[in-house]
Amino acid sequence: MFPRPIEQTSAPAQWLYRIAVPVALILWLLPLIGVAVTSVRPASDLAQGNYFGMPSSLAFSNYRDVFANSPMGAYMLNSFKVTIPTVIGAVALSCMTGFALAIYRFRSNLLVFFLFVAGNFVPFQILMVPVRDLTLHLGMYNSWYGLALFHIAFQTGFCTLFMRNFIKALPFELIEAARVEGVSEVRIFWYVVLPLMRPAIAALSVLIFTFIWNDFFWATVLSNSPESQPITAGLSSLNGQWIAQWHLVSAGSILAAVPPVAMFFLMQRHFIAGLTLGAVK
Amino acid sequence: MTDFWKSNQRRIAPWLFLAPGLFMFAVYVIIPIFQSLWISLYDWDGLGAKVWIGTANYVELWDDDAFYTSLKNNVIWLILYLLAVPAGLFIAIFLNQTITGMRLYKSLFFFPFVISQVVVGLIFSWFYAPDFGLFYKLIELLTGQSIAILADDRFVTYGIIAAGLWPQIAYVMILYLTGLNNVAPDQIEAARLDGAKGWRMLWYVVLPQLRPATFIAVVVTVIGALRSFDLVSIMTDGGPYGSSRVLSFYMYEQALSEYGYRMGYGAAIAVVLFAIMMVFISGFIWKMWRDESER
Repeated sequence: MFPRPIEQTSAPAQWLYRIAVPVALILWLLPLIGVAVTSVRPASDLAQGNYFGMPSSLAFSNYRDVFANSPMGAYMLNSFKVTIPTVIGAVALSCMTGFALAIYRFRSNLLVFFLFVAGNFVPFQILMVPVRDLTLHLGMYNSWYGLALFHIAFQTGFCTLFMRNFIKALPFELIEAARVEGVSEVRIFWYVVLPLMRPAIAALSVLIFTFIWNDFFWATVLSNSPESQPITAGLSSLNGQWIAQWHLVSAGSILAAVPPVAMFFLMQRHFIAGLTLGAVK
Repeated sequence: MTDFWKSNQRRIAPWLFLAPGLFMFAVYVIIPIFQSLWISLYDWDGLGAKVWIGTANYVELWDDDAFYTSLKNNVIWLILYLLAVPAGLFIAIFLNQTITGMRLYKSLFFFPFVISQVVVGLIFSWFYAPDFGLFYKLIELLTGQSIAILADDRFVTYGIIAAGLWPQIAYVMILYLTGLNNVAPDQIEAARLDGAKGWRMLWYVVLPQLRPATFIAVVVTVIGALRSFDLVSIMTDGGPYGSSRVLSFYMYEQALSEYGYRMGYGAAIAVVLFAIMMVFISGFIWKMWRDESER
């Protein structure tokens, strides 16, 4: 193990370490803690210049105000409407593409694979004008499905990379055995490979959920009305209206952060497995 | 028909499985790249008729000061963003212990990466806010000067990059923590018996084994630096006076903001950014291709 396990060092060093870790953590998360505290700080505190002391009282009413005086509820709903279909669509498509690229040997296999990988890295701006134009022409501007369709297509690149590497690591004998038995290719996919892909599906789902929930660029390019904007774009426009009302901005920020954070904590193991696949051989 | 399927299914099946994904990817990713290349040769407001102007957009870029400001900021972003790699490694090494509660500590350290860049941008704007921001107060206390980071064209880009580094370091840290988990213990013990420790151990024994993690960390950091848009848009909207623009933001501003709907000019900026990124993407692909062929 590297570095040397702390248990092998002297008792004072161990104590020092046990104190250093939480202190470092608090410093690291200081900006976030500040915002969380501000989100329950009464507006009167801010007016009196009490920005960093203890709040004079806990004003959970800030959250109520955010929901009552802004379309925050609609924004959150829109985010779910875009995110959930994207997760399902991108995972479904990439299960198939990943299977095709991992199991079959054909001449353009690597070419197709690297097309997906390279496409996944391109800057969004090179796609912006044509994709916006296409979405307008399909009459999907300002709709959750216009956003979701684009996200499904784009995320398929990353998901294919992930799924293909995952399936490639499965024992190939399983597929050969099924073929000897005369099982058709479609049934091999459905009954042999798909059940083994559960961990990969879970990992990708949490990861894509977070990516799409947090997307800001496409939310601003493909929508502009409060009826259809996801929370990231909504928060940005609310920030323009709530100048200097930091208690409301903070409450809105915390609301926007809760779903991906909850997702991460519930599915932590899968999330990290998803992020690091490829880094671990 | 069924006979044909039976005897050829192994040749046809991959394409059937690929068809839906490849179709979507072609429509929304591959084809738009070429369309953008094409649009960059036109003068177009997004609604009316396109007017062919050849390379005029690129000629205009050549003399555009705002373009050079953006390009310069992109270079600063790229260089400083790479600090996330050593910083992430440092935190990973610091946290790679097994005291009680370590799992929770690790996930809390990872927190900044999970939240949206919009939220990160708002958090840091508040942190830097003149008169009451925590960071503002700290600088005032230490130097006696009051500096409004986000309103000062000397510091604004660095202030935004610092905000971007926060989640990026968390990401790199997780990559390295997993990597450290997989370092072969017997090699560490052997090196320890040979008297290696500290920096030498890290450099000669540990880092070579962390190479796959380092590769991914560099890839995601470079791509992240060149994609930076959210933070610039949220924290400064490119200001003050356009001094914190990066190419991705400048492109958006030209093509889709109140400054005008210059789709052709925007596309030309996007093409330049794409060309820069292609240099890196080709490098990554070349390395991955080599690894694939070696297997």
